[in-house]
Amino acid sequence: MDVGIVVFPGSNCDADTYHAVREVLGQSAQYVWHEERTLRGLDAVVLPGGFSYGDYLRAGAIGATSPSVRALRPYVARGGLVLGICNGFQVLLEAGLLPGAMQANASGQFQCEYVHLRTERADTPFTCGLAPGQVLRLPIAHAEGRYYVDDGTRPALAAHRQVVFRYCDSRGAVTPGANPNGAADGIAGVASPSGAVLGLMPHPERASEEILGSADGRLIFQSLGLWISTGRALPVPAVETH
Amino acid sequence: MDGARTVRIVVTLKPGVLDAPGQAIRQGLDALGHRGIRTVRAGRFFEIEIDDGQDLDRRIREMCDGFLANTLIEEYRYEIV
Repeated sequence: MDVGIVVFPGSNCDADTYHAVREVLGQSAQYVWHEERTLRGLDAVVLPGGFSYGDYLRAGAIGATSPSVRALRPYVARGGLVLGICNGFQVLLEAGLLPGAMQANASGQFQCEYVHLRTERADTPFTCGLAPGQVLRLPIAHAEGRYYVDDGTRPALAAHRQVVFRYCDSRGAVTPGANPNGAADGIAGVASPSGAVLGLMPHPERASEEILGSADGRLIFQSLGLWISTGRALPVPAVETH
Repeated sequence: MDGARTVRIVVTLKPGVLDAPGQAIRQGLDALGHRGIRTVRAGRFFEIEIDDGQDLDRRIREMCDGFLANTLIEEYRYEIV
């Protein structure tokens, strides 16, 4: 598979993501400068973590106006897969490719710690190698990770099974104490209805080798590899709005 | 300057949305001994010089609705100076 990693001015997790895909997974990866207008030939596009445009205006807001992000909607319509990690998730929200918005952490502080995630949906290209309810241990590092969704959107989120990860304790229980940032319903990761687009706040690329303290993140990249290599189809048509 | 107007825009979180930055600033004011403060709301300020025109209000609202404010959680007000 060939994975494109978009680089914005201020992205800082692009190299770690490249390493995870190239060295850990042994797959092909390439950097895509954010001004690229075409995403041809890429099986998946990753929007990496970092501080694109210094988080000016709002985290991810200016990155969302980049040509490469504008190109994501037709790319997904053609069958492309998109993974947004941390700032990448923020970009996807600001671009309207995922529902909801990010706010400052309830603590008012930058949260840099390990969290546990419960897998709420295991039939996406990024979670097909996981079991429903499987717990992953990944690090977070963010100041704006408090996911917000309004009451009008909540029913659709549930109906389309768009919540993919929730913060939980080590045993998989979703509790307020396990929520590091006050995110609504403990939501840590959200997908489009088809699952083709996933955004999550924790960093799987920082937990892809045991030497880093956890290799659970590798399971997300391996799921993607499994999905592409076995030529799976999405459960619902890729062209969708929300 | 010919045909240019100055627009001042203020963007704040919608009422009812937790304002963590505003609360943190409130803590700082309290710590510095400022008394009698009831609420603090933090926001963003933009000052834009823009070509005048009959559709100026619409153009400003388009900038705000689609970009300067995230209307899911923020509201805005502006004045044309």
